[in-house]
Amino acid sequence: MTDNKYSRLLGRIVFISLGFSLIPLITLSAFMYHQFTATYNAKVASNLRTMVENKRMSVDLFLDEKIFSLHALARLHEYEAITSPGYLKRVFREISSHRTPSFVDLGVIDGNGKHVAYEGPYRLEEADYSDADWFQEVLMRGVHVSDVFMGLRRFPHFVIAIRRDEGERTWILRATVDLNLFNSLVQSVQVGERGDAFLMNGNGELQTASRFNGGPLARAPIEPVERFRGVRTRDAAMHGRAYLAGMAWLEKAPWVLVISEDLAEGMSPLLSTQTDVLLITGFGVIFIVLGTILTSRTVVERIRKADLDSARLDASLLHQSKMAALGKMAAGVAHELNNPLTLIREAAGWLRDLMDPDEKEPLDRKEGCEVLDRIDSYIERARGITHRMLSFGRRMDPVREHVNLNQLVGETVAFLENEAMHRSITIEKEYDPALPTVSTDPSQMQQVFLNLIDNAIDAVGEDGVITVRTSVYGDGKFARVEVVDTGPGIPQHVLDKVFDPFFTTKSVGEGTGLGLAISFGIVENMGGHLLVDSEVGKGTTFSVLLPLG
Amino acid sequence: MEDDKKMVVLVVDDEDDFRLFFARRFSRRGMKVLDASGGVMALEKLRENPVDVVLLDLKMPGMDGMETLIEVKRQFPTVEVILLTGHGSTDSGVQSLKYGAYDYTMKPYDIDELEKKIRSAFERRSLHLERLRGEACNGS
Repeated sequence: MTDNKYSRLLGRIVFISLGFSLIPLITLSAFMYHQFTATYNAKVASNLRTMVENKRMSVDLFLDEKIFSLHALARLHEYEAITSPGYLKRVFREISSHRTPSFVDLGVIDGNGKHVAYEGPYRLEEADYSDADWFQEVLMRGVHVSDVFMGLRRFPHFVIAIRRDEGERTWILRATVDLNLFNSLVQSVQVGERGDAFLMNGNGELQTASRFNGGPLARAPIEPVERFRGVRTRDAAMHGRAYLAGMAWLEKAPWVLVISEDLAEGMSPLLSTQTDVLLITGFGVIFIVLGTILTSRTVVERIRKADLDSARLDASLLHQSKMAALGKMAAGVAHELNNPLTLIREAAGWLRDLMDPDEKEPLDRKEGCEVLDRIDSYIERARGITHRMLSFGRRMDPVREHVNLNQLVGETVAFLENEAMHRSITIEKEYDPALPTVSTDPSQMQQVFLNLIDNAIDAVGEDGVITVRTSVYGDGKFARVEVVDTGPGIPQHVLDKVFDPFFTTKSVGEGTGLGLAISFGIVENMGGHLLVDSEVGKGTTFSVLLPLG
Repeated sequence: MEDDKKMVVLVVDDEDDFRLFFARRFSRRGMKVLDASGGVMALEKLRENPVDVVLLDLKMPGMDGMETLIEVKRQFPTVEVILLTGHGSTDSGVQSLKYGAYDYTMKPYDIDELEKKIRSAFERRSLHLERLRGEACNGS
C-alpha cells in the first residue's frame, strides 16, 4: 500500500521533470533541424541556380561565337569566290586549324535550297534543302540554330545557318556543330555521382546526351516547360529518386538547359548533420531520463526514510505520552486510594477499640456490624478506583471498537473529579443520551479526553466551571465532545501554536508540550478533528469531532 | 493525663465517616473531639470553643488545608495544628511546617503515633500558654 504510494510519487516526479526537460530539448532540436534543413535547401538551390546561370551563359557564348564566326566568313567571301572549286576547302581548313575545331562540315546553299558547295566528311554536294524546316527558318530570320535531328546522315546533329544577302543574290552558309564537343561542354557541369546536365527542346526531346537517359533525341526525363526568363528550380523525380532540377532557356537556341542534382547526394552533408542532431538529441534524452530517474529515486527514497523516521518518532511520542498519562493516572489513583484506606484503617481501629479486653462496656454487636458494613463500602470504593485504573491499562493496545462516548467521557471525568473538587472546580456534565456509539480506539480517546480535561483544570486553576458536553454535530456526521473551561483564555497569537509539538505555556519541567500535539494526531488518525476556540478573559473550548457511522 | 481538664481536639476533614471514626476513637482516648467539614466551619468552631490542637486535612474543597492553616495561625496563634496529608509527596507537609504547623502525618496513619503527636502538641501549647501567662504576670 505504502510502496504503491511512493512509486506513484516517483512516477509523478519523473513525469513532471521529464516534461520540463525533454519538451524544451526536443523543441530546440526540432527547431534546429528544421532551420538547418531550410537553410541548407536554400543554399543547395542557390548553388544550383548559379551553376545553371553560368552554364547557360557559357553555352550561349559558345553558340554566339559560332554564329559570329559564320557571319564573319559569309561577309568576308563573295558568293562567286566561295563557290569556286576548292575555295571552301581552304576556308574550312583555315577555321578547323583553330584551337577548338568545333565545325564538322561547312556548306553553301543557294537561294533555292540547292547545295552548291560542301566541305566535310559526308557526300552532301548534291543535297536539296528547299523543303527542310531549317532552310525556311533561315531564309526568314537570317540566323538559325536547328534542333538536333538525324537528317540525311542518319546521325544526330544540329546545324547553324546564316543568310547572306549579296545584292540580288541570297545564299546561305551552313555549318554542322560537333555534337561530341557540344555534349562535353554541357555535361562538364555534372554534379556528383548522380547529377546530370543536358539540353532539351520545347517538346521535351534531349538535345545533348543525358547521363542516364540516353543520347540526343531521346525523351528527356523531365516534362517540357514553357519559355521563361531567368533560372527556375523544381523538385523532380527521376527513376524513383528525388532530384532538384535547375532550368534556364538558352538565348541563342530554343533549348532549355537542365542541370539536375540528386537530392540524397546533394543533401548528404545535411543528412550527416541531421544524424548528428538526432544522435545528440537521443543521447540527451537518455542522459536526462537516467538523471531524472536517479534523482527522483534518491528524492523519493529520502522522503520515504523521512516518513519512516517521522512515523517512528510519532510512535515513540505516542508511547511516551501514554506512559505519562498512565503515570498521571497512577499518581491520582494512589492518592485517591488513600482515602478509603484511611477510612478502613479507622473503621478497623474502632472495631479493635470495641473489642479491647480492658473495655468495661459489653461489645455492642449492632455497632460492630455497622462498622463492618462501612468497611465493605470503603472496599467497594477502592475497588471502583482500581477497576478504572485497570480498564485504562487494558486499553493501552490500539483497537477499534464501538464505544459509548458518554460512558467513556464519564469514566475519564471520574478520574479527575477529585482533583477538580479539591480545587473548587465544578465539572458540569451535559451528556446527550441519544448519542450513537462511535467506532474508535477507547484508550486513545480516553487519553485525549484526559488530556483536555486536565488542561482545562490547569487553565482554570481554582474556582471555576468546566463543562463537558457531548452532542451530535454536523447533520449527524460527527459526535462532538466539548470541554469548555472558564479559564483565562488563549491569546490569538498563541492559539495557532497550541497543537505544535513541544509548544507549551507551562514552565520548564511542568509540561512537555506534547499533550495537545499527540491528542491532535490521535483524533486525526481516527478520522476526526480537534478544534480549539478561545477568547481571552472568557475561556477556552476544545471540541473533539469523531465521525459517526 | 497530666491535667484533669480534657484536651480539646478539632478534626477538620471533608470525609464524614473519617470525622465520625476519629471522634469515636480519640474520645475513647480521653480527648474531647470537635469536628468540622471545612476550613470556614473550622474557624467558626475555633471562635466558639476553646481548642488545643487542630487536625487539618490538606485536601478539601473550598478553603483547602494550607489556607485554613494560615488563617488559624493568624487568628489563634497558640492553637497547635497538625496537618493530615493524603498526598504521596511530603512536600506539602514540609511546607506546612513553614506556615507554623506543629507537625504533619500521612494518611493512612498509625493511631498510636498520631496520638503521641497530638499529646506532644498539647504539651507544647500548655508550655506556651504558661510562658505567656508568666510574661503577663511579670509584665503587670
